[in-house]
Amino acid sequence: MDRAPEGTSTEPAISVRDVVVSYNGRRVLDKVNLDIARGETMVLLGGSGSGKSTLLRQIIGLERPESGQILVSGVDLWNCKPKVLKKLRHSIGVAFQNSALFNSMSLEDNIALPLREHTRLAESTIRLMTWMKLAVVGLAEFGKLSPQALSGGMKKRAAVARALSLDPEILVFDEPSAGLDPIVGAELDELILGLKRAFNMTVVVVTHEMASAFRIADRMAMLYEGSMIEVGTKEDLRNSPHPQIRQFLDRVPDQIADTASIDRYFQQYLEGSSA
Amino acid sequence: MSESVIERLGSGTLRHIGYVGGLATQFWSTIASLAPVLPLVGNRHRWRSAVRQMLVVGVDALPMVGIMAVCAGFILAMQGASELRRFGAMNFVIELVTIGFTRELGPLLTAIAVSGRSGSAFSAEIGSMVVTEEIDALRTMGIDPIEFVLAPKYLAALIVLPCLTIMCTACGILAGGFFMRLTTDMAFGIYISSVVHSMVLRDVWTCLVKSLAFATIIVHVGCLEGFRVRGGPDAVGRSATAAVVKSTFLVILTDVGFTAIFYLTGGK
Repeated sequence: MDRAPEGTSTEPAISVRDVVVSYNGRRVLDKVNLDIARGETMVLLGGSGSGKSTLLRQIIGLERPESGQILVSGVDLWNCKPKVLKKLRHSIGVAFQNSALFNSMSLEDNIALPLREHTRLAESTIRLMTWMKLAVVGLAEFGKLSPQALSGGMKKRAAVARALSLDPEILVFDEPSAGLDPIVGAELDELILGLKRAFNMTVVVVTHEMASAFRIADRMAMLYEGSMIEVGTKEDLRNSPHPQIRQFLDRVPDQIADTASIDRYFQQYLEGSSA
Repeated sequence: MSESVIERLGSGTLRHIGYVGGLATQFWSTIASLAPVLPLVGNRHRWRSAVRQMLVVGVDALPMVGIMAVCAGFILAMQGASELRRFGAMNFVIELVTIGFTRELGPLLTAIAVSGRSGSAFSAEIGSMVVTEEIDALRTMGIDPIEFVLAPKYLAALIVLPCLTIMCTACGILAGGFFMRLTTDMAFGIYISSVVHSMVLRDVWTCLVKSLAFATIIVHVGCLEGFRVRGGPDAVGRSATAAVVKSTFLVILTDVGFTAIFYLTGGK
């Protein structure tokens, strides 16, 4: 199987350096830095519009940053030969938010697609490997079905199976528990933990489901309005005094936060005038 | 106020230039990705997908194109005859139908039918793939969406559209023959030999060149509209409409260009 260019074991699996991204003149990511170590589970947190999905698209090489670098296994994604880029892409498996399974193919064919495209394995071997990937996510008996016939949770697991098909070193999840009931969401968390234990993969998860985030994360990174405001362990985040992190963790709506600041302003004003 | 009009004009022009640029870029990357779609030498999965597209774009369109061609053949023959019979020149109806169909109506009618059936389907298919992140998934798997999705459609259209055009032309001419049989009792054999007599090789190849150009327009406009979809499912619907409107418009525009070139360079 194709492997990404081997890096030293100490260098991060993914390194985001000073990445700047703008859409229509609006800065969505502003000099973001992040190192994700090999074998760790990094959860990217942030509210809607914080830039976490944009950062994810940068990490998986879908978009080119305006400036800055994305290094995967020490190799710059956008400053390497096309062949190397292709190998780097194979080392990253992505499970998309909407699963992104091809409805025109059966589940089996969906998972076999990367193998058929990038390897010269015999069809019987591909079938066996596909079955194994499906078995890992507990869908072995559903291979012949169309993705449309699957439930939301099954689709997500099938997307994981497809992400696993080229045996990647890095597994990326975009909002894994979005749109799932809490039980199925928890099952998916266990699947992620199990995969990490079994294959010692580097896992990157974008989410805003706090329970899920604290269950699976080794470290967490919090984005706010395009800037990285905190990177640390679960405890670091829980104990962080940063107002935006507190607001996020304590589920305080913006409006109330605003009223609080207005109250503070009036209090200061009254204290000022009485003094 | 005048500034805003100029601004709008400028931004509109830039948008259209950008669109044409997008079409050109997409066209060249498709040409570069056509080799893997070819049978025997290429990737068999791509060729299989191209064959499936041929069935959808070509075979499934046969009844519709055929009926349209027969109707248009009748219309052309009847309109021609109503004028020509006043001069006792009914024989010219044969030439009118033959030349009309080989040079113009065959490729044009086929292109309009295919653009309505398949151009919109291409953009809806690709647009929904964009919305459901399937195109992104392809790219993260290291699969080029142009090669995987677009190239098989383009190869299929390049093969199928000339075939449909030939069939459309044949149906139109046959309808003319039927009309002549009904109105002037002309034997079918005589009609066919007159048709062969009035058909020139140059008309046949201009007809095929046009159909290849129309295939290019329909596939590339349809797919570009699909790839440009941003947002939700409503954008997919809008892109399908835009694909039909733009490709029909461009087909007619290109037809004028081609006919002018053939007229100026051809003489009689």
